[in-house]
Amino acid sequence: MSAAKYEILGKIRAALASPGGARSPDRAADYAATPRAYVQAGSLDDASRLDLFADRLHDYNAVVYRCAEDELASTIAHALEARGKKRMVIAHDLPDSWLPPDFDFLRDAGLDYVALDESEGVLTGCAVAIAFTGTIVLRHSTGGARRALTLIPDYHLCVVFADQLVETVPEGTRKMRAFGTAPITTVSGPSATSDIEMTRVKGVHGPRTLDVILVLRLP
Amino acid sequence: MTVRVGEAASAPEFATAAKQLLTNTQLRRNVRHATNVIRAKRGKVVGEMPDWQALRESANAIKDHVLRYLDFYLEQFETACTRAGGHVHWARDADEANRIAIQIIQSHGETEVIKVKTMTSDEVRLNAALETAGIIPYETDLADLIIQLGEDKPSHIVVPALHRNKTEIRRLFMEKMKLSELGEQAEDLAAAARRYLREKFLRVKVGFSGANFAVAETGSVCVVESEGNGRMCVSLPRVLISLVGIEKIIPRFDDLEVFLQILARSATGERMNPYNSIWTGVTPGDGPEEFHVILLDNGRTTVLADAESRETLDCIRCGACLNACPVYRQTGGHAYGSIYAGPIGAILTPQLQSMEHSQSLPYASSLCGACYEVCPVKINIPEILIHLRGKIVQQGPGLSERLGMRAAAFAFASGGRLGAAQKLARIGQMPFVHDGVITSLPGMLGGWTAFRDLAPVPRESFREWWAKRPTKAKS
Repeated sequence: MSAAKYEILGKIRAALASPGGARSPDRAADYAATPRAYVQAGSLDDASRLDLFADRLHDYNAVVYRCAEDELASTIAHALEARGKKRMVIAHDLPDSWLPPDFDFLRDAGLDYVALDESEGVLTGCAVAIAFTGTIVLRHSTGGARRALTLIPDYHLCVVFADQLVETVPEGTRKMRAFGTAPITTVSGPSATSDIEMTRVKGVHGPRTLDVILVLRLP
Repeated sequence: MTVRVGEAASAPEFATAAKQLLTNTQLRRNVRHATNVIRAKRGKVVGEMPDWQALRESANAIKDHVLRYLDFYLEQFETACTRAGGHVHWARDADEANRIAIQIIQSHGETEVIKVKTMTSDEVRLNAALETAGIIPYETDLADLIIQLGEDKPSHIVVPALHRNKTEIRRLFMEKMKLSELGEQAEDLAAAARRYLREKFLRVKVGFSGANFAVAETGSVCVVESEGNGRMCVSLPRVLISLVGIEKIIPRFDDLEVFLQILARSATGERMNPYNSIWTGVTPGDGPEEFHVILLDNGRTTVLADAESRETLDCIRCGACLNACPVYRQTGGHAYGSIYAGPIGAILTPQLQSMEHSQSLPYASSLCGACYEVCPVKINIPEILIHLRGKIVQQGPGLSERLGMRAAAFAFASGGRLGAAQKLARIGQMPFVHDGVITSLPGMLGGWTAFRDLAPVPRESFREWWAKRPTKAKS
């Protein structure tokens, strides 16, 4: 043990042994006793949950498309045309069935940062989405794009399946916990700042434009 | 041991600094505007939460629990982070943390670092230490960039450059980024920052961050942000260093469900901030190949030792108490002489420094309680302010004040002594009474009359009148 670690832990133990600092030897029971009276599970039906999510995304100025599963490729084509995009980066494992013809899709096989910076945008799926806060959860590397892919390009088109959508933040974090050590990014709207006179500017360093396709595939 | 909180140890007293800042009307206008905007947004998104009070209760209980078992959770975090491929270092004070960071950077032969906003690095004065070692730190948060380019000091925990307006920022950017033309809108300025920093994001090999939360059970670190500069710093460089105060630990991953819900709503008035990055050690093929965590004490164990004010360490740095504070809203952040301004700064800054510096800060409050009401982790700031004032008086060098109090206690303890004291005061006050009021007193007592008049001791006290009153005859 380093001298610093030894000293810091020693000071903590001394501090906690001081009057008023007493603790029960049963840490697990002490943790279990922390109150959890907040809302954990959602109460909306499937349609209302989708509507709430779409509402939140509109708040962020994202364009939201809805389609059935067999319309996904054509909806992607429609979304890309609306933004004037021709060449998109995709993760190595994005399903071919998503991809419309007449566009260039560049599969990521270790593209360098400059190539990503020069790309027109990125198309990905997501792992989980949270309706209450309009949040898209990206799980990286295993079963998803690595972090640089959804960060460096200026445009992000993200596909969310209805059965990936939960209502509350606790429902979302519990799913995220199962990702193990995979990096996670949660995205709630495009990048933004209010640092200058509290004027909200949308789009700073992350993708300045975020569009979402909601696929109505229900379990 | 050199516990350091920015430059707080050499800062002027709050009242002195505040008096001067209050004459800066531009600054006051900027601060008032910024705090009003955030307060209104916060009020709206907190108001829509059906379970806000329950979330506050949980956040408070989880933080209290962590502090009670901090030794266990720190070691659990170290084990989990190491298992996932991270390196964990322990730093007793500011200099030790800076030394560790510099060693890591130099071991890779690098001379530049991209930084995402971290208060803790301001606390240990990392940038100055890096520069001395020949390493250039680039602040990438827009407000921090404004502060760094302007050689200025942060004035708010969440929006550190709120004291600067567009015109000032435009002039600064044009000069420092060597731009011949630049638009005047906030959008133009943000776009200039994007262009200026992008090349650095893509090129620099070492990233530096703080942590909003560090999860003990998984060894995960979470950084919460809005602009995407945080994602750049924690995922693009080859080497990542995160400086984490030992109080940032939370027990389980699931506990994020509480803190992520309260932080953004309290800090910026958003339902969720645009980006949260959560990573665990290193992931082959994605992000840094080398990850270091520096666990920092720097006075936190001293705060922990006082059970009555320990909950100061519950703070998640949302800044809601600053926006709510009627004192902060007048003076802005610089008057506090610390990177931690406002009510939380008034209790945190002196405690980190073992109550040896910044002793005027616990008095920078009217004890109105607005800070406690908005605090998402329910830190009872007013109570701690009073507790710290008590400590200052007990250890204080104010001998004359203590003698005065002792004399007062002696006089008030008996009616006879009080009567004698009043008679003496009636004579003593004669030179100072003009038109029935005392408007100016000498020495220490002048502290009262500097801002208010004092009513003189009356010609006759109630007790004297009571003793002299004619006794009614029984009828």
